[in-house]
Amino acid sequence: MITDRIAVDIKVPNQTRYLCLIGHIGENIARTLRHFGGDREKLAYDLNLVLTEAMANAIQHANEGDPTKEVHIEISIAEQRLIIKVFDFGQGFDVDQYIEPRPPLDEHGRGVYIIHTIMDKISYLPTDNGHVLEMVKNLQN
Amino acid sequence: MNLQIEDKGAAVLMEVQEERLDAHNSGDLKNQMLKLFEDGKTNLVVDLQAVRFVDSSGLGALVSGFKNASSRNGSLKLAGLQLQVKSMFELTRLHRVFEIFTDSSEALASFQQ
Repeated sequence: MITDRIAVDIKVPNQTRYLCLIGHIGENIARTLRHFGGDREKLAYDLNLVLTEAMANAIQHANEGDPTKEVHIEISIAEQRLIIKVFDFGQGFDVDQYIEPRPPLDEHGRGVYIIHTIMDKISYLPTDNGHVLEMVKNLQN
Repeated sequence: MNLQIEDKGAAVLMEVQEERLDAHNSGDLKNQMLKLFEDGKTNLVVDLQAVRFVDSSGLGALVSGFKNASSRNGSLKLAGLQLQVKSMFELTRLHRVFEIFTDSSEALASFQQ
């Protein structure tokens, strides 16, 4: 069976003005897939959301808002598996602390919970010069 | 942020005229709400009809406004949520916190009862 094989590698400055660009790339990937039998518009929204949340976390928490730093994002699809990696170049943050839902009136800390509900697997690991948030979603129905 | 603000008497109507409410512009919404509270306004309707996408920081700004309005014995109500925006409120269980109306005229009318 022929499956979609896509790899996107992008680096943007550590600034929230680029969230829209990255989110739209996620949406467009969902709409472009040739072999996806599920709700395509939901997948488009979900990929926009996951990329926006992961990148905002990298900008604000890991890279501590430093506009001279970069965020590096890899999106790949092969064998019906979508893998998103968001690399930061900072001190990182404690992902496990944010996996459970927050109390409804908390103003912050929902991003990782949202990613966790959409993706099948997430991990946050150190690299040589920062961290990588790796998120995997199975696209098969 | 492109935001239209109009005092409707019983409440202030805030129309968010942006496709996205995210970590890039949610701070602006939060600040505009704070300004209204400082001016003595306590009842707000936030119309999200034009908003196609909201992230956790957009939700956080609305929660901040909700708490500020409640602490002043007022209320922040939402109107015009697109389907996928509404599912974000359900995913985070915030649909149990906010009063959500189909459109802004319904939300404004609820303040006049």
